[in-house]
Amino acid sequence: MMSTEKKLPLFEIFVRSKRGLDHKHVGSLHAEDHTQALEYARDCYTRRSEGVSLWVVKSSDIVASQEEDASSFYDPMDDKPYRHATHYELPEEVNNM
Amino acid sequence: MNQNVNKQALFNYVLALGDDAITMGHRLSEWCRNAPFLEEDLAIGNVALDFIGRAQMFYQYAAELDDQGRSEDDLAFLRDCRDFRNLLIYELPKGDFAFTMVRQMIVDLFNMEFLEQLTKSSDERLSAIAGKCIKESRYHLRRSHDWVLRLGDGTEESHERAQRALVDIWGYTPELFMVDESEQQLVQAGIAVDRAALMSVWDNRVGQILTEAKLQKPEDSWKVEGGRRGVHTEHLGHMLSELQFLQRAYPGLQW
Amino acid sequence: MTEFKMNEAELEKVFQKRIDDEQKIEPKDWMPEKYRKNLIRQISQHAHSEVIGMQPEGNWITRAPTLRRKMVLLAKVQDEGGHGLYLYSSAETLGISREEMVEALQTGAAKYASIFNYPTLTWADVGAIGWLVDGAAIVNQISLQRTSYGPYARAMVRVCKEESFHQRQGYESLMVLAFGNAEQKQMAQDALDRWWWPSLMMFGPHDADSAHSSQSMKWKIKRKSNDELRQSFVDQSVPQAEYLGLKIPDSNLKWNEERGHYDFGEIDWDEFLRVINGDGMCNRDRISHHVKVHNEGQWVRDAMRAYEEKKRARELKKSA
Repeated sequence: MMSTEKKLPLFEIFVRSKRGLDHKHVGSLHAEDHTQALEYARDCYTRRSEGVSLWVVKSSDIVASQEEDASSFYDPMDDKPYRHATHYELPEEVNNM
Repeated sequence: MNQNVNKQALFNYVLALGDDAITMGHRLSEWCRNAPFLEEDLAIGNVALDFIGRAQMFYQYAAELDDQGRSEDDLAFLRDCRDFRNLLIYELPKGDFAFTMVRQMIVDLFNMEFLEQLTKSSDERLSAIAGKCIKESRYHLRRSHDWVLRLGDGTEESHERAQRALVDIWGYTPELFMVDESEQQLVQAGIAVDRAALMSVWDNRVGQILTEAKLQKPEDSWKVEGGRRGVHTEHLGHMLSELQFLQRAYPGLQW
Repeated sequence: MTEFKMNEAELEKVFQKRIDDEQKIEPKDWMPEKYRKNLIRQISQHAHSEVIGMQPEGNWITRAPTLRRKMVLLAKVQDEGGHGLYLYSSAETLGISREEMVEALQTGAAKYASIFNYPTLTWADVGAIGWLVDGAAIVNQISLQRTSYGPYARAMVRVCKEESFHQRQGYESLMVLAFGNAEQKQMAQDALDRWWWPSLMMFGPHDADSAHSSQSMKWKIKRKSNDELRQSFVDQSVPQAEYLGLKIPDSNLKWNEERGHYDFGEIDWDEFLRVINGDGMCNRDRISHHVKVHNEGQWVRDAMRAYEEKKRARELKKSA
């Protein structure tokens, strides 16, 4: 079933969460080309914070040394507050969720 | 608000815009977990969320204008087919991915022009809502435009599917530009957008995209209309029976 | 550069020391083949659970009772897809492709969380899934933020941040039902009755019976045992149910002063095995839906590729 299908290329995604900060690696996704990868990066990796800039790089173009690190980032996103836990007001008794 | 304007006409206008948005949002939300691959699931979900968010804003405003004191949810969940005012193109079933994307390109192009004009509305509330929506529509259009290119100029199958979708949708497009008398009054008052005037720009831009996508623009051989008068395709009733199920089965409760 | 050739045993010693020192293993590091396999199994299973989990909840998107609930649910199901994506992408750093993982899911070679083989019958089920299923998942995922494999740990950090909203929206929506009219309260109780035991099953077999547990603990792929995690879930859920005025369907549930934990009844392990082995209400539906959608998407993916190839050819011609 899958064996006949050619794979979609993999892209690594880097996000600058705000001005003054570096782009950070946040993960990868599949897309046909750079343009589409950029569009999907917006939907897949910045649902809570637009981020001011995105980089997409074809995974196959990355040459890596031994060590690399990436950490996540999240900034509040202004128009979808319901994605945040604080949007739900719960009583004291159970408020450790 | 201009005191001379019929408040009922304004209410109807805002309500219709809410109906446009909820029907579009509903159809798009049907793709969630059904898209051709995971990344597209997420992307199409965002577009659906934008439209449902839009519906909420329009309905909230309509609810404030409503003299029957109905809430935004009452307006969405407790009106039947004949009271829905959405343009027919929005209620058509999602079809295959080609149908969804061709329709999306058509309505995104329309909405870009429409919202641009609505930001100039003398009604501050409408102008503010339009200002927020137009940013979303710009992104929607980028996506749907790209998809129409990929499908139109992809494989033979995708081309055929896109062309068929275009033919099936075409007769619903003239309604996008039909303005009735009550809406005409609002246009005169500087509140509503003169949709009829958007047609030539829209037509031009659709033509450009279709050429680029190697698709054939259909002949203007048929058209149907009626949404703004509450005359719909049979699809809307089924959509409403799903959309409104809980509110109808358990009337009068909080959720 | 001088290269020291270490043999397998020495490499493994260095590897284990790194783990014992709480250092993360990163994609390019040497790792035992079994570690890699074990991780691929666990991460892909986790990813599949997120993706299959979109189905039972997605089942209610078009029927959500208010505009706000509809947006919340859609955003949530979309998040589940996003979590699937983060997880697939972290498994891909181990040298397996998404296509291979999806194939394993569709042929039954890979598992997903058994809980998603239960049906969502009423609106209260959506709340119960948020409260209990996401609640159980969070307990597990919080401990996995410290898992030894770097990309998995980082994916978990991101997932945990987002899951918190999932659990709270579920509880909030159940609160409305639990404090609503008699019919709504009954709907909430019925959902708790049906989702409670499957939620406890999410933590897997008892430690003594768990096939992969001890090696996973040594490698710090897992940080807490199945039984430890299950206990914390029960402890946190009891007061939450009490606040709702709902009764947890377990006659053996009671506070144990000495242990400082709740005692609870035994899981129906026959049911657990039955559902895992494919005989739950929805096992067939979940996979056949996944296969159907995947196959229906084939022509779209083909079109993307064809378009891209044409575009590339055009660009080449232009630059030539």
